[in-house]
Amino acid sequence: MQKPVLQVEGLSMDFGGIRAMCELDLDVHQGQIVALIGPNGAGKTTFFNCVTGIYNPTEGNVFLNPPDGSRPIRLNGLKPNQVTKKGMARTFQNIRLFQKMTVLENVMIGRHCRTSSYIFGAVFKTRATRREERETVEKSYRILQQVGLADTVNELAENLPYGAQRRLEIARALATEPFLLLLDEPAAGMNPQETHELDELIKQIRDDGHSILLIEHDMKLVMSLSDKIYVVDYGKKIAEGSPREVSSDPAVIKAYLGEDIDA
Amino acid sequence: MLSIEQLKKSLFVSLWFAFLTFPLLVIKVDPIERTVQWRWENMALVAAGSFLVSLLVRVFQVQQERRRERRATGEFVDRVPIMQIILSEPRYLYTLSGAVLLCSLVFPFLFSTYQTNIMITALMYVMLGLGLNIVVGLAGLLDLGYVAFYAVGAYSYALLNYHFDVGFWMALPIGALLAALFGVLLGFPVLRLRGDYLAIVTLGFGEIIRLILENWNEFSEGPSGISNISRPGFFGIELSLEHAILYLYYLMIAMVVFTIFVVNRLQDSRIGRAWVALREDEIACQAMGIDKRKTKLTAFALGATWAGIVGVIFAAKTTFINPASFTFLESAIILCIVVLGGMGSIFGVIVGALILILLPEYLRALSDYRMLAFGAVLVTMMIFRPQGVVANIRRSYQFKSKAEGEG
Ligand SMILES: Nc1ncnc2c1ncn2[C@@H]1O[C@H](COP(=O)(O)OP(=O)(O)OP(=O)(O)O)[C@@H](O)[C@H]1O
Ligand SMILES: [Mg+2]
Repeated sequence: MQKPVLQVEGLSMDFGGIRAMCELDLDVHQGQIVALIGPNGAGKTTFFNCVTGIYNPTEGNVFLNPPDGSRPIRLNGLKPNQVTKKGMARTFQNIRLFQKMTVLENVMIGRHCRTSSYIFGAVFKTRATRREERETVEKSYRILQQVGLADTVNELAENLPYGAQRRLEIARALATEPFLLLLDEPAAGMNPQETHELDELIKQIRDDGHSILLIEHDMKLVMSLSDKIYVVDYGKKIAEGSPREVSSDPAVIKAYLGEDIDA
Repeated sequence: MLSIEQLKKSLFVSLWFAFLTFPLLVIKVDPIERTVQWRWENMALVAAGSFLVSLLVRVFQVQQERRRERRATGEFVDRVPIMQIILSEPRYLYTLSGAVLLCSLVFPFLFSTYQTNIMITALMYVMLGLGLNIVVGLAGLLDLGYVAFYAVGAYSYALLNYHFDVGFWMALPIGALLAALFGVLLGFPVLRLRGDYLAIVTLGFGEIIRLILENWNEFSEGPSGISNISRPGFFGIELSLEHAILYLYYLMIAMVVFTIFVVNRLQDSRIGRAWVALREDEIACQAMGIDKRKTKLTAFALGATWAGIVGVIFAAKTTFINPASFTFLESAIILCIVVLGGMGSIFGVIVGALILILLPEYLRALSDYRMLAFGAVLVTMMIFRPQGVVANIRRSYQFKSKAEGEG
């Protein structure tokens, strides 16, 4: 069997004396949508931050196995921008768009790590720079069409409605050409209609050949999308499996509904 | 328009001000005649003045709030300011730039040498402003020690000229390169700093450079400075003072045009966008694959380059430099130019430089209150128009394919 594109082994993260995450193992296979769920404060976002290089994990290993079959990459100690360049992009739970830039520019920023023109090219507008610039604009626009934001290209990001901002975050991440996409609560704050569209969008992204790791509180969405679900609570993994297995797991029910309803 | 509540608040502010200024403005002790004068009319003025100003600010805030609400409900559509229309429409923009350029080309023939000289200074500040704009306006790195790079440029020419008789045109690229090097040198230790911390360290850096120049006599001749620096050469022809000024003026015009061209290209490029993204959100920026260190260092180096160039020109213009020309006040003025003009807006910075350098020259009568006026202008700007005189506008793109005619 092919190696998982994301392979996390025994990941732990301490903040001072507090262990926010405890020896977590997690695999994402090529073409899968994997969900990471758990109550508030369970350590899901912390997991993303450790994997993407924003935090340096206390223990454990994170490997990327690019689906094109090239050598495995150990991500520990890499900076966030290096991680992105290796092919893993993410969105943020608390939206982190470049507010004062236009929608298109936000996506163009995502192209940064796949382009190379620098000072010389910028000042002299060499042929290579012009071609690169044209490609950047075209590709960014195509991604915006894909997520349904093509008619707001020149709006400032801060003027977009909430749901559109979330989609723009996804578009921006897609522009970095990742093979693995990490989505942190993409449906937060969306209405049912928007959530439904998001469901479609994520499936479409998967069908385009991306693997997806998803943090989400909307259970309907998680159940509809996921091939596999990991449940964490207090930084520990308490269950993993298919949506059906997980939703009938007593430990999960206990974590979500509290002790008493156990019986 | 205003509630009683707000009137009350303004009243309170004015009372508070009257109380605060009481000892300074009301009591006047005459130690010779041993009498105390009570100038109550001053208190009345202060109270009335602060009441009015505070009311004005409140009215403005209420209006802003209303506008924001109406905008949220969609019933209020922003009027596009005239400036923005001009700047976003290439046709108008080129006409305007052409007219401005033409005016500046005939300027020396219409005005005296004295005026031309002032204009040269103003143009130097335009360049300094545009350079600092890269660091502060685009990359969002608050640099309070910018004058250090200016000093590096000026002293590289002065010293090279003094010791090795190096000419202006040779020194220009050397000064620029040295300044860029110092930019990187400053950049490295402050890579992790942001906001206030960055401001303090850069402020310190500026002072260090000045203190070195002031105290290292063997190197820089200390406070007495270096004199008899050569003016820019003109194909080996000896120029009279008047012609030298004229020459310098056109040199500055060419330099400013060159600066605008380069900064404009940079702004609208891959690095330019990365700078703005860095300003907007550092973490998201890194998560998008942008190398924070490289981007920041480039900004520092490129910003410093312009300061170095202007430094060389400054030394050539005055033919005498000493450390007193490179105090913190200079950094503050350049920063004011950027903030007042409009952060990230080339046109804004030009307007800002012209306002801040030319106005004080022509309002000599008020020169004692110059700093007071600067302060007042900045505070007013921050309240009423934080985006500056000419706001930066993002470039818009047109797409033919599916959705027609955005922008
Ligand atoms: N930088 C930090 N320093 C100290 N503690 C932190 C830090 N980041 C997260 N934590 C702690 O780690 C725990 C997990 O937080 P995290 O944000 O990962 O939860 P989460 O699962 O994403 O929750 P939510 O569903 O609300 O987003 C929390 O108790 C939080 O207080
Ligand atoms: Mg979270």
